[in-house]
Amino acid sequence: MLDALRTFLGMGGYAAFVWPALILTAVVLVSMLVLSLQDLRRAERTLQGMEPADRPRRRRGAA
Amino acid sequence: MANLHRFANPAQFQRLSRALLPWVAGITAILFVLGLYFALFASPPDYQQGDTVRIMYVHVPSAWMSLFCYTFLAVAGAVGLIWRHPLAFMSARAAAPIGAGFTFIVLATGSLWGKPMWGTWWVWDARLTSVLILFFLYLGHIALSRAFDDPARGAKAAAVLALVGAVNVPIIKFSVDWWNTLHQPASVSRLAGPAIDSSMLPPLFLMAFAFMGYFFTLLLIRIRADLASRKVQALRVAALAAAE
Amino acid sequence: MRPKHRRLAYVAGGVALLGAATALVLTAFQDNLVFFYSPTDLVEREVEPGRRFRLGGLVEEGSIERDGATIHFVVTDLAETVPVSYTGVLPDLFREGQGVVTEGVINEQGHFTAATVLARHDENYLPKEVADALKDSGHWQHAEGAEQ
Repeated sequence: MLDALRTFLGMGGYAAFVWPALILTAVVLVSMLVLSLQDLRRAERTLQGMEPADRPRRRRGAA
Repeated sequence: MANLHRFANPAQFQRLSRALLPWVAGITAILFVLGLYFALFASPPDYQQGDTVRIMYVHVPSAWMSLFCYTFLAVAGAVGLIWRHPLAFMSARAAAPIGAGFTFIVLATGSLWGKPMWGTWWVWDARLTSVLILFFLYLGHIALSRAFDDPARGAKAAAVLALVGAVNVPIIKFSVDWWNTLHQPASVSRLAGPAIDSSMLPPLFLMAFAFMGYFFTLLLIRIRADLASRKVQALRVAALAAAE
Repeated sequence: MRPKHRRLAYVAGGVALLGAATALVLTAFQDNLVFFYSPTDLVEREVEPGRRFRLGGLVEEGSIERDGATIHFVVTDLAETVPVSYTGVLPDLFREGQGVVTEGVINEQGHFTAATVLARHDENYLPKEVADALKDSGHWQHAEGAEQ
């Protein structure tokens, strides 16, 4: 069982290249997602704080 | 007050994106799980490249996405310049950093793949050089979008850059055919069909679709965030005006 | 004051990046549109001895000889050949029949002394079993081999 894990992690001797490449990809993709979600949450929270006081009049039948 | 009326159209986008986002995000997550399973467990090592071939399953989808995303910037830019649709410039502004991220992944994973297989981290051949240029173009687009007080001017400048730089996309694609390069020719998009064994196609295509889904998920999130912050600004401006 | 400085920074940054990109294009075109010369190119082109350039092709079957720390082999494009000598680390993929790109100088006798040796692989991806089966059945086609 441990042997299989070691083989898997070893990536045929190329572990020093394969794992950094995969991890780097994951880090870039996840950070972009997290940062973008943070921006969205922050903006929506601000918007919610503002709306009741400055709510623009809704037009009937507006899209 | 004219400012606020501009948001009447994006309200449609808000409804659409709110409905789509959970689905696109969900399908993307499933595709990543399946893709990674095939990439790491259910596919064989290559006869000559060994397990380094698994880098292909992130390197190639990133490459495809970096080209797709730049084409998206050029098209969105053209639509914005010609038809002045506000969502066009907004989508370009939202997409550019995502494309830059994909391009960074291509360059970094390519380097990590090149060192053990070619024997070098980098060469200035036509393929690698033109992709590096693409990365700079992305950074230029991001900078230009934010360089002006009037975001509309920045958007137009960035759109022009996207169109001028669009010639780089076919150059990248055909660089391995037009010039002697260290980077090998295309393995998938060729007339003769893929030069990749069928056991290696599932992880490649699953990851490609996962990356595409990721792009659209992130794009929707970023546009929503942009719309929200613009609304905040507009409301603040309106409140100031009303207070006078 | 601050938004103005930030804008200036962004514009300067954007221009600098554009400049870097353009410079790259110009140097790439100026220097070598050709990343490497093939042995046939050398015959046609007459590169002056001592001038550093890149030579690319296949490692000719049966041509590898080890002489202590130095390795001798022949680079071929199936039309012309160039003998090469190299002392140093070789990439994992280096072997007979494999693509190779080597940088160095050629002497008056037409012998190439390499400073770096890179392996070049083709666009085919196969599991070992499939490759072995193709080799056994005689359908194996090497690197760039003969264009179909």
